[in-house]
Amino acid sequence: MRPFEYVSPTNKEQVAILLGERGSILAGGTDLLALMKDDVVAPERLVNIKHIDSLRGISYQPGNGLRIGALTTIAEFAEDANVRRYYPVLADAANEVASPQIRNLATIGGNMCQRPRCWYFRNGMGLMAKTADGKSMVLAGDNRYAAILGNAGPAYFVSPSTLAPVLIALGAKIRLYSAKAAGSGVRELPLEKSFVIPKSENELEHDLKPGEMVIEIVVPPPSQDLKAASYEVRQRAAFDWPLAQASVALEMDGSAVKSARVVLGHVAPIPWISPEAAQALVGKSISPDTAMAAANAAVAQAKPLSHNKYKITLAKAAVKRAILSAAGQSAGGAA
Amino acid sequence: MSEYKWPDPATRPLLGKRISRVDGPVKASGRAKYTYDYNPNGLLAGKILRCPHAHARIVSIDSSAAEKMAGVKAVKVLQPPGTEIFWAGDEVVGVAAVDESTAEDAIRAINVQYEVLPHFVSDAEPPTNIGANNGPISRDDFEDMEDNQVPDEQVIASIKANGISFKPDDKYLKDAQASGVDPKVVAALRAAKYAEAKTSRSPYKKTAVQKQGDPDKAFTSAAAVSEGLYGASCITHCCLETHGMASEWPSDKDLVVHVSTQNLSGIAPQVSEPLGIPAGNIQVLQQYIGGGFGSKFSPDRWGIATAQLSKAAGGKPVKIMLERDSEQKVAGMRPSGFARVKIAADKDGKLVAWESRSWGTGGVGGGGTPPLPYIFEIPNQRKQHIAISTNQGSARAWRAPNHPQAAVITMTAIEDLATKMNMDPVDFITGNLELTGPREKIYRDELPIAAELMDWKKIWHSRGDKSPGPIKRGLGLSLHTWGGRGHNSDCDLTIHPDGSVEIKMATQDLGTGCRTIIMIVAADTLGIPLDNIKLLIGDSRYPVSGASGGSTTSGGVTSSTRRAAVDARDQLFAKVAPALKAQPEELEAVNAAVRVKSDPSRSLRWKEACAKIGAMPMTIRGKNPDKSKPPDLTNSGVGGVQMADVSVDTETGIVRVNKMVAVQDCGLVVDVKTAESQVLGALIMGISYALYEEKILDPVSGRMLNPNMEFYRLAGIADIGEMKVHMMTGKGYDERGVIGLAEPPVVSPGAAISNAVANAIGVRVPFLPLTPARVLEALENGGTHAAV
Ligand SMILES: Cc1cc2nc3c(=O)[nH]c(=O)nc-3n(C[C@H](O)[C@H](O)[C@H](O)COP(=O)(O)OP(=O)(O)OC[C@H]3O[C@@H](n4cnc5c(N)ncnc54)[C@H](O)[C@@H]3O)c2cc1C
Repeated sequence: MRPFEYVSPTNKEQVAILLGERGSILAGGTDLLALMKDDVVAPERLVNIKHIDSLRGISYQPGNGLRIGALTTIAEFAEDANVRRYYPVLADAANEVASPQIRNLATIGGNMCQRPRCWYFRNGMGLMAKTADGKSMVLAGDNRYAAILGNAGPAYFVSPSTLAPVLIALGAKIRLYSAKAAGSGVRELPLEKSFVIPKSENELEHDLKPGEMVIEIVVPPPSQDLKAASYEVRQRAAFDWPLAQASVALEMDGSAVKSARVVLGHVAPIPWISPEAAQALVGKSISPDTAMAAANAAVAQAKPLSHNKYKITLAKAAVKRAILSAAGQSAGGAA
Repeated sequence: MSEYKWPDPATRPLLGKRISRVDGPVKASGRAKYTYDYNPNGLLAGKILRCPHAHARIVSIDSSAAEKMAGVKAVKVLQPPGTEIFWAGDEVVGVAAVDESTAEDAIRAINVQYEVLPHFVSDAEPPTNIGANNGPISRDDFEDMEDNQVPDEQVIASIKANGISFKPDDKYLKDAQASGVDPKVVAALRAAKYAEAKTSRSPYKKTAVQKQGDPDKAFTSAAAVSEGLYGASCITHCCLETHGMASEWPSDKDLVVHVSTQNLSGIAPQVSEPLGIPAGNIQVLQQYIGGGFGSKFSPDRWGIATAQLSKAAGGKPVKIMLERDSEQKVAGMRPSGFARVKIAADKDGKLVAWESRSWGTGGVGGGGTPPLPYIFEIPNQRKQHIAISTNQGSARAWRAPNHPQAAVITMTAIEDLATKMNMDPVDFITGNLELTGPREKIYRDELPIAAELMDWKKIWHSRGDKSPGPIKRGLGLSLHTWGGRGHNSDCDLTIHPDGSVEIKMATQDLGTGCRTIIMIVAADTLGIPLDNIKLLIGDSRYPVSGASGGSTTSGGVTSSTRRAAVDARDQLFAKVAPALKAQPEELEAVNAAVRVKSDPSRSLRWKEACAKIGAMPMTIRGKNPDKSKPPDLTNSGVGGVQMADVSVDTETGIVRVNKMVAVQDCGLVVDVKTAESQVLGALIMGISYALYEEKILDPVSGRMLNPNMEFYRLAGIADIGEMKVHMMTGKGYDERGVIGLAEPPVVSPGAAISNAVANAIGVRVPFLPLTPARVLEALENGGTHAAV
């Protein structure tokens, strides 16, 4: 690891100034320190935000829903009584993340901002790794875990967070803050808007302005008629990244779907919202057939690379099973 | 005359019982110190600069900036400019500094220029026309073509098109013709243009075709023929404690090393030569090791570097433990092994013919040939192997070298043939056991036991689980064998006048229970409790004992310990006999006492008996082998049967192991508990390579893409299912003597699990690991595979 400065401010107003040009925010450090040890990133200064109390806490109000402070650990989040009661799908997804040790350190803010696991990137070849003659290494090389959607290039990695798709399905918003920004400094946007597909090596996969940080995530209160579920296809039974994930939130009108959100994870450089899949469900009652139709719609636009065609099948299975499980029907699968 | 043979079951207080490993508590509580934990005051951190290219030549090395850095104590070029590097991650420069981060900074300050050369990392199926189009034909190429019965016109065309890179003289040409080479081919050779061999050699090395019986005839007249594609990818050893060594020079002629090794007694000879000091001046130490699996016999270049760096740093201790990524890249891999197989049986289901074209890579050297067909001596065979030279860290012995690959190629092909003949594979294999030679009886004993533990008859169904829903269940089976004769091993056993007993042996306990079984044998022979014995291992100053490889340790260390203990006991009897008014041969040592066999009331407590030794302790040397002290206490050639029960999700391709059954023979079982543990560990390792492990090399950069434990997956607790182990003991087994166990049980899991998956989903997934991608592809193709 290269040498760096370390600062530990106690209020969020100081963060933007301390970050300067080449600083990085340090939260749980479960991702950032690994990247630094592997010399993939080399920030000159770490701004530890763990002493900023206003970023902590998790609370629920019937009218406003859930507020999750950026420093909430994944373990705290998974165990929170309100999360378990009102958003069991979130608690379940949180319990699937990594290992107990990592869940105890990793924060929600860090989970949203974690960097992709693309092996070209993690081996120091760049997020848009290129060969000497300017071709994409991912396209020419081993892309078995790469994107099948949103993969027009040059980005082929997949968005790593398994919580983001669930939060997006539930309509979560993210609040960002920078002391340098105008007015209150707070910017609120739908969570999905904070993820972008970068177009060059200099861009990030997050829409964070320099000096900006995540302060909290808010999830609207669940309506009476909400049915939500998430399904992750993992090769190992535990402590593994999903190969594909689907999170769905269905707003029901009796037995028919009034509106739907279907969000796929680990298939595109961003959490992938599928309006096609949602459309296939609206007005229908849930059955294996409608679920399958939605699953087919979700991957209709998918384009496999040389080694990842199987991920289309996995994405389909994940969508189908998430829908059936949201409707309380057995998906027949899962071991 | 002393009786060295293993005692009868009736007189074995400890041997063959269930005894917990003696170093369990010290390991579980974290008090065991590994090489990794060796952190003396003043320890310097060593780091290695590694070549990032898969194939390159070092042009220049400039380490002057690093040498000047504060805190850097030594810099050593390990491979000089001009050296050709054959894999990414190979060592170029070593650095020692006051701490790890300074050493890392120094590594980054070294400027190495490389001439990057083309690399080759693919172990996909070699083209069928190899030998052609590779520049001028070498003598090897030519002889290969002849051996492979390449049609004459093709050989002639190839000679005309490419020229030859050797100069056949008259004698060579005459001999060739005499040995059956067509005169037209000989004429072509005579007329051929000579050309310098191309430096870009072909990566493919073919062995000669091996033929036995009349395979063509046998296939034609067979009742059933099955063809298939099988194999397993390259994997790594993935030792939890990475490779590493710490060196220090107490004086400029004496070297002390702490090393993570399977070969404690063999390290000094390997270190002395490059350092130019006598091996006797080198002390090698290791108490505990976090895994080796065949990859830790050598001090390695980085180990030698610690000694060189230490010397340059005035003798201060220098330690290098490999980072996880280096461990995965350069510290050992198991060669891949694939094959196209044709196999046939007669109408009674007797195996009659085998044909295989196999290939695989073990790095630059190409790699070994799996013993095909495995286990079964099929009468008619034709086989050929192609070793592929690839730019990656070289293969090292991996727990039962070549056997898992051979099993995964053979046992799968047999299961496919049985399926074709509508036979239960248990019946099919039982019907062919006479082809297994000396192990026939063992397998005959084991198969029914395994079948019962698996409830095979009840659960097994013909290929393809027909039940509704996406989850399919299936059973599979495999057989294996291994040698395992005891290695050379000496020990010193000392009985002190106060009754304490001490054993010294320069061996190592790889976590296999080696310590425990040495103590069991000594305590059992001397009739004293385990904790009456102090065992000293892990120091090269003790009597020499062999490397722990080939499952030879248990046989070796127990044999020499038994001989030493018997001699010590008999010498003690001689000292004690007068006091008990008996002849020495009338005495026995039981229950911590020495007593007269026929009159147990005439007895001395162990301590009292030992007091008769006199003032000085007595030390006895035990040896293995030792022809002067028969019988041979060890043996070789074990047999094992394993079965797997799996569930496969046909919509995701995910395989879960529900249950594994292992029935295993290893001759006389010294400690049933540690033996079972050994088999359990092998099953877990086997599930890992069957489902998850794969060393993935990037075709573009030639580098390993998953040198971590994130995308190089190992089975976790949730992945291993239920495991049942049955050790064969008693008559037919005990009298064979002690045979090693480390390797055999890791051979079969891959084949058994692959067979279970085929049985579940109705099609064969050709290659391990059985990833979702491969399972789904097989389901989609219906099990047919044109190309790899
Ligand atoms: C083996 C393994 C398996 C894993 N499996 C999963 C999984 O299944 N699902 C999943 O979702 N995740 C998984 N993770 C990732 C893990 O959840 C993340 O590493 C973790 O959530 C990051 O949080 P952190 O607080 O440790 O972030 P840090 O490592 O501290 O930071 C990560 C990044 O976010 C930035 N950052 C942190 N906080 C903020 C903030 N408030 N505002 C702006 N930027 C910020 C940092 O600058 C850094 O770039 C896994 C990780 C590992 C190592």
